[in-house]
Amino acid sequence: MRVGICGGGPAGLFLAVLLRRAGHDVMLRERNPPGVTYGWGVVFSDESLADLRDADYETYLEIDRALVRWSSIDVHYAGELIRSTGHGFAAIARTTLLRLLAERAVAMGAGVVFSSEVPEADPLEPFAGCDLVVAADGVRSVLRSAHAGALRTSFSPTASKYVWFGADFALPVFTFIFTPTPHGLFQVHSYPYDAHRSTFIVECSEAAWRSAGLDTMSEADSLAFCQDLFAPHLGEHRLLSNESVWRTFVTVRNRSWHCPVGSGDQDLVLVGDAAHTAHFSIGSGTRLALDDSIALAKAFVATPGDRAAALAAYEGERQPIVERFQEVATDSARYFESVSRYIGFAPEPFAFNLLTRSGRIGHNNLTARDPVLVNRVDRRFHGDPAGRIVVPPPLLTPLRLSAACELPNRVVIASPTLDAAVDGLISGGHGAALNAAAATGAGLVVTEEVSPSEHGRVTTGSPGLWCDDHTEAWAKVAAAVHETGARLALRLTDAGRRGATLPRGRGLDRALPAGGWTLWAPAPLAYSPRSRRPEPIPARGREIVLAAHVQAATRAAEAGVDVLLLDMSDGYLLASFLSPLSNPDDDERSAFPLQVLGAVRSAWPADRPLAVRLVADDRVPGGLTPTDGVTLARRLAGAGAGLIDVTAGHTVPDSAAEYRRLFNAGLADRIRNEAGVAVIAGGHITRLDEVNTLLAAGRADLCRLDPSAYRRGAPL
Amino acid sequence: MRIGVGLPTSTPPLGARHRGPELLAWASRAEAGPFTSLGVTDRLVYDCTDPLVALAAAAAVTSRVRLVTMVAIGPIRPAALLASQAASLDALSGGRLTLGVSLGARPDDYDAAGASWRGRGKQLSDELAAMREIWEGTSVGPRPARPGGPDVLVGGGSGAAFLRAARLADGYVHGGGPPRAFASAADRARAAWADAGRPGEPQLWGQSYFSLVDPEAGAAYMRHYYAFTGPFAERVAAGLLDSPKAVREQVSGYAEAGCDELVLLPATSDPSELDRLADVLA
Repeated sequence: MRVGICGGGPAGLFLAVLLRRAGHDVMLRERNPPGVTYGWGVVFSDESLADLRDADYETYLEIDRALVRWSSIDVHYAGELIRSTGHGFAAIARTTLLRLLAERAVAMGAGVVFSSEVPEADPLEPFAGCDLVVAADGVRSVLRSAHAGALRTSFSPTASKYVWFGADFALPVFTFIFTPTPHGLFQVHSYPYDAHRSTFIVECSEAAWRSAGLDTMSEADSLAFCQDLFAPHLGEHRLLSNESVWRTFVTVRNRSWHCPVGSGDQDLVLVGDAAHTAHFSIGSGTRLALDDSIALAKAFVATPGDRAAALAAYEGERQPIVERFQEVATDSARYFESVSRYIGFAPEPFAFNLLTRSGRIGHNNLTARDPVLVNRVDRRFHGDPAGRIVVPPPLLTPLRLSAACELPNRVVIASPTLDAAVDGLISGGHGAALNAAAATGAGLVVTEEVSPSEHGRVTTGSPGLWCDDHTEAWAKVAAAVHETGARLALRLTDAGRRGATLPRGRGLDRALPAGGWTLWAPAPLAYSPRSRRPEPIPARGREIVLAAHVQAATRAAEAGVDVLLLDMSDGYLLASFLSPLSNPDDDERSAFPLQVLGAVRSAWPADRPLAVRLVADDRVPGGLTPTDGVTLARRLAGAGAGLIDVTAGHTVPDSAAEYRRLFNAGLADRIRNEAGVAVIAGGHITRLDEVNTLLAAGRADLCRLDPSAYRRGAPL
Repeated sequence: MRIGVGLPTSTPPLGARHRGPELLAWASRAEAGPFTSLGVTDRLVYDCTDPLVALAAAAAVTSRVRLVTMVAIGPIRPAALLASQAASLDALSGGRLTLGVSLGARPDDYDAAGASWRGRGKQLSDELAAMREIWEGTSVGPRPARPGGPDVLVGGGSGAAFLRAARLADGYVHGGGPPRAFASAADRARAAWADAGRPGEPQLWGQSYFSLVDPEAGAAYMRHYYAFTGPFAERVAAGLLDSPKAVREQVSGYAEAGCDELVLLPATSDPSELDRLADVLA
């Protein structure tokens, strides 16, 4: 096979080495002269070095000699230094890496041509006669751009600004520096790459960048600004510039990584940054590039003579792995975009949150790497009892919600929906389900939707709390739950326009074919095309709803319920007031929900906690945004809500999430740390380790666990 | 995990007239084997026997196996018509139908049916709700064998599909791939189910193509069937289960991921494929 490679970066050069090993005819063109490159060092993890060693031992040995290795991460924050151990990394100067790879490629017999720019008008022209053309020409790939339609290339910019400097000294280990300024927070990602030099990346929000005037500064002035800003860490040392201009990071994705080109007898394939980028804060660019080359070369060994099969196998192997890296990198980038919200944290949780930001490392994994740091974090979480080393993990640390209510641990479990009450009266089945939930060991058990009135029910089988029989039945449930040591939260829900439906065994929002009752909502908009249209709630209706909530709160207190969870979620009545999607013509959308909250707070015992289950994001254009969610959470906290159960979606039926693990946890983190309220995080939390991680990182106070993974006995 | 097998309704030799006796023999053989269901795919602009007609024919020569569409394209059929056909098939087969539906991926199927490609998501959601109303009512079509009608599965890989399954169906049917792809989709289906407040748990179905007798012909069929996906056809073909080892690994991988029923779809029409598959599963 004749192979033409465009671009002499790590991916292109290493591919040349590997394809020559397999006996292919390889020609590589690089735009720059030998030895000219931008950027400073590049990072390898232990795993990536192992991949490299397996693919070409000679290259590995050459590179290994030039590596700087370290195993710690330093975090400079709030005047303290936290060092975390157990993170094996290595780095090399980019120029050294390229020189070694180029020498090896030439020694293997690849034709390597430097200073050879491909013509933009016809980038394939220099590769005439090649069976396979490899686009290894980086993030701004000319070859990819020429075929962007077939490859379905997309670009997603991140919100932050960053600049890539060098420094004229070797840092001891990987170093993060967080420096607040009047303009906003600036952070540094830096690491040594040889005995005398370090990579030094500075990052900040676009607002901080503009406020500091960096948007209009020359390269020299911006260098001086950063030199000055980080003087306490740099001392006598100097920052170095090499085309070091401020940039916006762009994530590149391609739906397809190869396509036929030329007259159809050639194939174009993407490797490295041309195929994909992942935010620099997970330091994976070089690793992904080299692994692409390894996988592509391997595919041609596995199916010699069948180019189509090899390219399909290459894409099939690499694409899912790269997508996973890109997800992790996106989470990491988001962390740095919003890191200023954590600036009030104590150093231990701050460092823990930083180290676990991307989801790749959790409480368990970090304990394996650095048990001492995690013990410090756990002790701090437990209130730093003097002299104590033996403390429970975060999820087993009790939480005092109010004078009369301490939860024995941080796990919340929702009792399954049964829809089996008769005229609102729960049966033995409900008691058994709630007991089973309490028997899991969770600290707080939450009921299904309980209606304050007959006409507030979601379905004909919804439980209620509007008469003495109901109060007695709930009192029995509360007593039984208390016997397990758990606490009981009653979710008080007026269904609003989602009411009067059939029990949900065969689907949601199925209007009762006969019977039913009048639905009230802020506006006469049906929930779904087949839902019954609600009537605009009259003034008298508001009084009725308010009184029913107050009475139900009184009954719940009498029944011994520990936490009252007032429902402003899932498109139910109070949530439908909050959202412009269901309440389009109201200027004071939160007025009635706040009025209900205030009245309930007065009726509910002062020493017991009142919580709100809040829709903090409608996930639909024109609906509530997370920013609205923060504002609402602040107002609710001001009106007496001590805890917010953070949810999203369901204000309207078509409001899907992606439903990946922890899909609502980021929203809960934002509400907690921007509104300053205690939160329950939810959204497919299925592992106790995830609970420990969210708690220790300061992203949640309580976690709603979906115990299905443990119950199914699926592999953990 | 239960294991079903597909009916060869769109594999070569092309031309549905050849398929009558072969299909019936195939269905009878499957009924005798270790299989719990017979599955059919759906494609309008292709030489593909209509899924509900094929299952009706299979129903006539079987009495045990479930009959499942994996999956029928919902919005290209009016809701009342699909509801009536499904209720009829359910009634005639003694309650053996499981109706998998999704959006499909090809605008040409919509054009040929005179259905609108735009707005197809909302259309499918409404169709699901409408069918259940029809099955529970008394005005359109026959009464299905079971009150409330057959179990319905929804397919697709987007968040919207998982939400649709949670709100309006009885479970989720995955479109195929290695076990880790199924595991990830199954987890998302469970997450959407819990998030929507739906009682119980979703049924989770998977599917994979196999050819143990003539893998090259099987791969060629898959390249042809999936040609509309462009370069992905080759990747889909690469997922063909072409050896006993590949079948066993897929089965154990899916079982581990919590799949309730895996339907193995034939990529050739060779009747000996069924015997070979039965041997491998034995």
